[in-house]
Amino acid sequence: MSKLAAVAAQEIIIDIGRMPVQVHSESPEFLCMLEARYSGYVSPSAHPIAEIDIDLVPPGKITEQADIAVSFKSGRWLIERGDLRAEWEPISRLGRITQSANPYSIDAALRIIHSLILAQEGGLLVHAASAVRNGNAFLFAGISGAGKTTISRLAPPDATLLTDEISYLRRNENDYVAYGTPFAGELAEPGENIQAPLAALYLLKQGPQNSIEPLRESEAVRLLLENVLFFANDEHLVGQVFELVCDLIRQIPVYQLTFYPDERVWELIQ
Amino acid sequence: MTPVYFAKATQVAARSLDGEMMIMSAKDSTLFTLNEVGTLIWQSADGTTPLNEIVEQKICAEFDIGPSEALTDAQGFVNDLADHGILLVSGSPIVPAKPTQGTAS
Repeated sequence: MSKLAAVAAQEIIIDIGRMPVQVHSESPEFLCMLEARYSGYVSPSAHPIAEIDIDLVPPGKITEQADIAVSFKSGRWLIERGDLRAEWEPISRLGRITQSANPYSIDAALRIIHSLILAQEGGLLVHAASAVRNGNAFLFAGISGAGKTTISRLAPPDATLLTDEISYLRRNENDYVAYGTPFAGELAEPGENIQAPLAALYLLKQGPQNSIEPLRESEAVRLLLENVLFFANDEHLVGQVFELVCDLIRQIPVYQLTFYPDERVWELIQ
Repeated sequence: MTPVYFAKATQVAARSLDGEMMIMSAKDSTLFTLNEVGTLIWQSADGTTPLNEIVEQKICAEFDIGPSEALTDAQGFVNDLADHGILLVSGSPIVPAKPTQGTAS
């Protein structure tokens, strides 16, 4: 890109889960950093469904919130953490993030904004690795330490990783579709920006040998809910997420996958 | 004894799965899985039938438990769900609230 073009370009479109979000900033350097971070997910020709302005401020504490806090007031969501303050209007789909020029604050804000959009559209962000094999997506959910990155590292060459940390699911007419995300865990690599119908969902547990056990629906709901990214303490959205999880486990087989951390576990994932 | 009336809150997400009633508190996202007795109490939460009547006529009739113990347990259960915003509790009958979208019974 020429220097003139770089100065003129004040936005990029980050397309995660086929939900393109246009991000505006007056800092070309910040946008260049985002282009690198979201490599594979920057789509200049996509039609954005949301727009976010970035207000860059000098490094330092922006709010007093140590942990992420999400609240709804006067028609807009307020997202606060020590390093960021963001507002999101769900009807106009316009947002604003105040942060310093770092990639982590916008990353956290984008996850939350996507989770809010998805709750209304019929989708979920899940603490899960996911991969595509033979045209089908498989999702491996679990808390930190359950083995998401381990099972991702063990994936055979014919499997394409969508993420090792945060999986993106959207309800289709009669099924669910898993999308790649740039939200990486210990692998520190974005997933492939592809999509595939979700064929099975596994709740991860490491053990002495590999086994797959079907889960009762109520147990599947409980375990999956523990892994859904959902920050908003909002009565209506909580109900929507619960209904969506109940719907998902009725449509997609859910198993407990106990695995010994070597590549043989993938013999069970077909 | 003052009768206790109780009704389902309007913003409650509930589903019966595998014969188990699951209820999620919209107030604090706590998930409850009810046993058979809890499910019976939940299904009886019409706001107009007092708890002691439900215990005597339904719980004690179906389960091997004495009325005094059953009522104590039931009161604790109802209060617990009320603390999480799942049930409304009152000393007088509660006018049934119209369920909102996404609410299952």
